[in-house]
Amino acid sequence: MTSTAGTAGRVEAPGRPPATATRGRRRSLADRRSNLLTLGMLALLIYFLLPLFWLLVASTKTTGDLFSSFGLWFSDSFALLSNIRRTFAHDGGVYARWMLNTLFYSLVSAGGAAFLAALGGYGFAKYKFRGNNALFGTVLGAIMVPTTALALPTYLLFSKVGMVNTPWAIILPSLVSPFGLFLMRIYAQDAIPDSLIEAGRIDGAGEMRIFFGLALRSLAPGIVTVLLFTLVATWNNYFLPLIMLNDPDLYPITVGLAAWSSQTAGGGGSTGDLLALVVTGSMLSILPLIAAFLMLQRYWQSGLTAGGVKG
Amino acid sequence: MTAPALKARGPSHANSGYLFVLPFLLVFVAMLVVPLVYAGYLSLFREQLIGGTVFAGLENYTRALSDDRLVGGIFRVARFFVLQVPIMLLLSLIAALAIDSGLLRFAKVFRLGIFVPYAVPAVVATLMWGYLYGTEFGPFAQLASALGLPAPRFLSSGWMLGSMANIVTWQFVGYNMIILYAALRSIPHDLYEAAAVDGAGQWRIAWSIKVPALRPALLVCLIFSVIGSFQLFTEPQLLQRLAPSVIDSAYTPNLYAYTLAFTGQEVNYAAAVSFLLGLVIVIASYTVLFVTTRRSRS
Repeated sequence: MTSTAGTAGRVEAPGRPPATATRGRRRSLADRRSNLLTLGMLALLIYFLLPLFWLLVASTKTTGDLFSSFGLWFSDSFALLSNIRRTFAHDGGVYARWMLNTLFYSLVSAGGAAFLAALGGYGFAKYKFRGNNALFGTVLGAIMVPTTALALPTYLLFSKVGMVNTPWAIILPSLVSPFGLFLMRIYAQDAIPDSLIEAGRIDGAGEMRIFFGLALRSLAPGIVTVLLFTLVATWNNYFLPLIMLNDPDLYPITVGLAAWSSQTAGGGGSTGDLLALVVTGSMLSILPLIAAFLMLQRYWQSGLTAGGVKG
Repeated sequence: MTAPALKARGPSHANSGYLFVLPFLLVFVAMLVVPLVYAGYLSLFREQLIGGTVFAGLENYTRALSDDRLVGGIFRVARFFVLQVPIMLLLSLIAALAIDSGLLRFAKVFRLGIFVPYAVPAVVATLMWGYLYGTEFGPFAQLASALGLPAPRFLSSGWMLGSMANIVTWQFVGYNMIILYAALRSIPHDLYEAAAVDGAGQWRIAWSIKVPALRPALLVCLIFSVIGSFQLFTEPQLLQRLAPSVIDSAYTPNLYAYTLAFTGQEVNYAAAVSFLLGLVIVIASYTVLFVTTRRSRS
């Protein structure tokens, strides 16, 4: 029984192993062509990374240098550290608060959404209860419901029960991820053999025990995938917190930065100085997610590959 | 040999499936079905100065359908979709095929580098591109002035839709590329080997095996793009500050619904507008599904 669990834990992206043998042969056939392709792709890569390089360079400049020096290279004075210090100090340190809010909202939302999706996806994949297909079809159809069309009625309902302007107003709507459920159902189908569940039953384990003790481990790459993608969705969310919150202390980083930038748009004197803070704050705000994607890439890429089998 | 025993206990196991799907479904009903029904309910009423809220039947909908600002916004996002999505998906497809082909050096660097913008929030992407487009310290304007040319007017009314399309493309090529790349990795490799034995080169394999196999994944990308395009909000809402004369409060249907509800206090009409927008998205998605699956059959 333990051996069954062991194999299931190693279920991997299909189609990967045979690649090495053919790849070597292919390379020698077409070495000339690869340079051309690499060059073309390099142009594409520059398009995607140059704006971020600009942001990085801009965050090392004072507001004065932003206007007087060329955007794509550093100026003489290196103001990154003082910019960072001023970003965190502005408005009584509200920037750090926004970052922590975002972290809190997105971790709780993503954790909850991934858990619900894993549980539900496993249930839809492995149990042939009555109404399985109809219920799953209904949830899947809901992918097309625009989240922004839901935000308005949700706001009105929440304001009736006094939940507007609380963290719940952001977290609760973010717990539903129909696409996450879809992905987890496909993933559970492939990653968890029926024999594993049967073996668990023979050992006398209850259904929940089987899920938490045996299945959950095999589902890990799928769960990380859903976790990351709902994390991004909540982290990047703007519309929902914009309408739900009016207390700046509850703002996530997106709404906070937009508020700061609207103060700079007014222009003039002291607010002009805020520009460097918006730029530096923007640059700092994207670092955590990029780091998370880079560190967890092995998990989410194999999770997506399995999802792509039938996707 | 254990099978008969299991089969006898079959139904009770099947029913414990409800236990697993129940938590998701509860939140699904509370956060998706209830608000949707409530929006539908609200949209059937009208607020009056005297007498409060009264039942109005479909009046809000007939008003919406003849509302030039709303219809104009819907056509604008439809134009945005037609302009932006083909370019984005083509770039994603090329990138995914190139990375999967094995012909590319440093494939991993490209895969991650192109994907990075997806981790950038739309707010930050829009603020950043807004600065890049700007005439005061944007590098395009700086380059133009160094060459003695007039600064490109990215935020003028003629260019605005294209400038927004660029921001969205920049953000989402990597995301779509990863979905397509994941689908490519799941194609059995013996297919390529068989084709190679038959003398097919990489380009031929890409065109004749990979692209057809990607059809379902491309469809997923396409549906997500329909949904994304028609709900456009963050980009126009933030660029509005830079170009208030170009982007009005009804530039996109979502911006319009937002303005109606939160500045105009026309909650019932706003509910009808967002309900209608949801309907437009469902119709557009099914049209896309219908057109693409029909073409693949014929």
